[in-house]
Amino acid sequence: MRIALFATCIVDAMYPETAKSTVKILERLGHEVVFPKAQACCGQMHINSGYMPEALPVVENHINAFDTDDYDVAVAPSGSCVASVKHQHPILAERLGKPELKERAIAVGKRTYELSQLLVDVLGITNAAEQLGSYFPDTITYHPSCHGMRSLKLGDRQLDLLKTVGGITVEELPEADQCCGFGGTFSIKNADVSSAMLEDKMKNICSTGASACAGGDASCLMHIGGGLSRTGAKPKTLHLADILASTMEETVTL
Amino acid sequence: MTQVFLGMPAPGHGNLFEEEPFPQAAHRELGNTQMRKNLRHATHTIRDKRLKVVGELPDWEQLRDAGAAIKNNAMANLEELLLQFEKNFIARGGIVHWARDASEANKIVTQLVKDTGSTEVVKVKSMATQEIGLNEHLETEGISAFETDLAELIVQLGHDKPSHILVPAIHKNRTQVRDIFLQEMPEVDPNLTDDPSKLADAARTHLRKKFLAAKVAISGANFALADTGTLGVVESEGNGRMCLTLPETLITVMGIEKVLPQWEDLEVFMQLLPRSSTGERMNPYTSLWTGASADDGPRNVHIVLLDNGRTRALSDRFGRTALNCIRCSACMNVCPVYERTGGHAYGSTYPGPIGAILSPLMTGIEAEDNGSLPYASSLCGACYDACPVKINIPEILVHLRGEDVDTKRETHKIPTQMDLLMKGGSWALGKGKNIGLLEKALPLGRLMAGKDKKIKKLPGIAAGWTQSRDIPAPPNKSFRDWWSDQKESK
Amino acid sequence: MSAKEEILSRIRSALSDAPVAEETPREYRTSSQMPEEELIELLVDRLIDYKAGVEVINSAQIPEFVAAKLKDANSVVYPHGLEQRWLSELPTGITQIPDAPGARLSVAQLDATSAVVTSSQVSIAESGTIILDGEPNQGRRAISLVPDHHLCIVPVSSIVRLLPEAMVRLTITRPLTWISGPSATSDIELERVEGVHGPRTLDVLLVRGL
Repeated sequence: MRIALFATCIVDAMYPETAKSTVKILERLGHEVVFPKAQACCGQMHINSGYMPEALPVVENHINAFDTDDYDVAVAPSGSCVASVKHQHPILAERLGKPELKERAIAVGKRTYELSQLLVDVLGITNAAEQLGSYFPDTITYHPSCHGMRSLKLGDRQLDLLKTVGGITVEELPEADQCCGFGGTFSIKNADVSSAMLEDKMKNICSTGASACAGGDASCLMHIGGGLSRTGAKPKTLHLADILASTMEETVTL
Repeated sequence: MTQVFLGMPAPGHGNLFEEEPFPQAAHRELGNTQMRKNLRHATHTIRDKRLKVVGELPDWEQLRDAGAAIKNNAMANLEELLLQFEKNFIARGGIVHWARDASEANKIVTQLVKDTGSTEVVKVKSMATQEIGLNEHLETEGISAFETDLAELIVQLGHDKPSHILVPAIHKNRTQVRDIFLQEMPEVDPNLTDDPSKLADAARTHLRKKFLAAKVAISGANFALADTGTLGVVESEGNGRMCLTLPETLITVMGIEKVLPQWEDLEVFMQLLPRSSTGERMNPYTSLWTGASADDGPRNVHIVLLDNGRTRALSDRFGRTALNCIRCSACMNVCPVYERTGGHAYGSTYPGPIGAILSPLMTGIEAEDNGSLPYASSLCGACYDACPVKINIPEILVHLRGEDVDTKRETHKIPTQMDLLMKGGSWALGKGKNIGLLEKALPLGRLMAGKDKKIKKLPGIAAGWTQSRDIPAPPNKSFRDWWSDQKESK
Repeated sequence: MSAKEEILSRIRSALSDAPVAEETPREYRTSSQMPEEELIELLVDRLIDYKAGVEVINSAQIPEFVAAKLKDANSVVYPHGLEQRWLSELPTGITQIPDAPGARLSVAQLDATSAVVTSSQVSIAESGTIILDGEPNQGRRAISLVPDHHLCIVPVSSIVRLLPEAMVRLTITRPLTWISGPSATSDIELERVEGVHGPRTLDVLLVRGL
């Protein structure tokens, strides 16, 4: 299969290793990965901040970049950005009175998958150790990010993949379904409430005794990781893709 | 001042306003550790109960689908349904009044009470009368209104403000309730404990005489059935039954959006509502009445149909489903923001996620600080999942943020930091080559980081981030550049 | 323009985009098959959960159980259409007061009465809900409200499993009271406690053969 990687802006600029991990996993499965270079961002930050006209060029750019026959399916290592592509792009186009763009947005959305969705639903991965050679000899806990959990209804896909990684121990995160408090510009505009939510999330992560908190969204992980770093807490954060890409030969270290 | 044209949707008035920016109110409320403890305890208790009783029904999702569709239909045919309801209510001996806004409703109710000669009324908990500030208005007219719902009583006796639509005193714990009762109920046993059943007993004793002597009652309504002219009140304590049954005169104040097309629709909402609100399979008491019955209950039965901004909300095609709300409070019970700030931070009668959309929809986004309400959410979506009528609250929050930005765009002479950030971001993220160009500067970002490779302080609006979080030093090279180097050089 | 005309005009203007709502899907359960014994069991479970007292008896046992449940009462009010036989074994010390058209008890009289006995129209097993509709054997709403103890007779033949199954047995325009347990509140810390303004004791007799 020819798979287009939608790296997402934050992973592209801040966490390139996560995009490389995504490429590694897919290539390991024998698929060809392409990177449409016109891509930039899903526009979620603009949309969620209410800047709709400013979001339009960003959304149009994404649709132009991915509305091609050059690939079979697109994948992003982010539940939130995929939810934006699938749900927010058509709504924005409708709001701004662009019916043609809306149709193209829907078409792109249909072909776009979050990483665990693609692995489980399309590529049939049920055991990461066996099928991907994933190996990570440490104890982790897992935070299911809101948009993946609620907008994309990922269910236990990410967690199930993590549980089948070789050598791993997964500790259950108390109150896992509670938001970490990131919410894009919410973390800036309502910094106090966001910080209070983060505090509880960190308390729960630390209570598991895990070395790392894994997740499927780099932005939430940056938020949680930034808080843990500030408080000097032990656990680190790590993207699902990085754990799945980790092998016996090339083991990811925290 | 917005100009209002006759016959065009007009903004609502009354207790619908955030009077300071939400972040400022939230900052203050977050400092109240006792309240935060109380709220955490109460919201977590109800979350577990709700999940349990919702999980029992194999057709919960089908009920939600039906509930949403019934409400959408009701809103699409609102004029016809209201006229049908009016006709049936009148045919059964009821009297119908229409109120454009809060002050008109207050005047109508006041006159109705005065016509009875009574200077006291008993009240069943009602969001609509809270919204229009009826009690305060009646007081200025020399009429005393006695709240009879336990939580409303706690708020009224404590000279406090409601902070939740179902349990207005949710911010108080049992000990605080006991203290209020000891101070404000002259007849109460001085050895009253904080056992909730003892507190309920104290409320019973305190209100008993009022109920038995009341001549006039004022209620809200959970729904009105167009095809029969029936009204319904859903409650727990029996205070509702007392008010709806014993007095001679009953005045119901109800928002126009509460009308349902047909009586069969009740079978949907009476399954959705109790499970979503108190986490019970059914609430202890539901009363249904159709006009005035010859020999059972009040002889004079009135209804005041209230607009007060509802038609304004209805005119917003991206936001009108907010009117589908059945006031169950499930959204606030699951909301991580509400859990931490409490209801007072939202200013309006309607707090929590639904309030953050309903208040600005009813008043207009430009009113007071209501434009700050749609940002009071991390968009986690827990509210949408819990909503029994599937109001897509996160989507409407985002829509209203758009309204807010567009409105402020017209009034801001000088762009804000956020405006500039978004403008710049629109350029940077609008083309692959633009972001690629900026990413060349990533190594510069590394200079901002300390020896520990962390950025600990950012300027301007981004300082909100670094108040409690670090940012890692950026990488030397973006993925985009790595890809070009690795893949395309091959 | 009157307030009514103006509000209706606002509605028309608000809906000028002429939204069309989809037809209501009613795919939730509207009928069920449950053996009578299971229906009884389910209703009993729900009522006990609400902290109501429940007995499952035969119709011949009604007088005996009514007398037992009301043994501590001083006086009992009953709707005029209630079967007199049901009260036949009440001890003579307990005053029996009928509430009848033309001879209604005042609120003060009801308040001075310790208990009330009524029948019921239909009951919903799944939610533990008993519905009174003002028939002569159930009386007007005030009599089952003011006395502190409500003894309610539920014929087993009137039990359905689902709420939609109860709806078709109701005349919606009658004054209806749906009762699910004794009065209760969740207003303090969202924890339920029983006993507020409505009857603090609810006893239910589920009667076979009635």
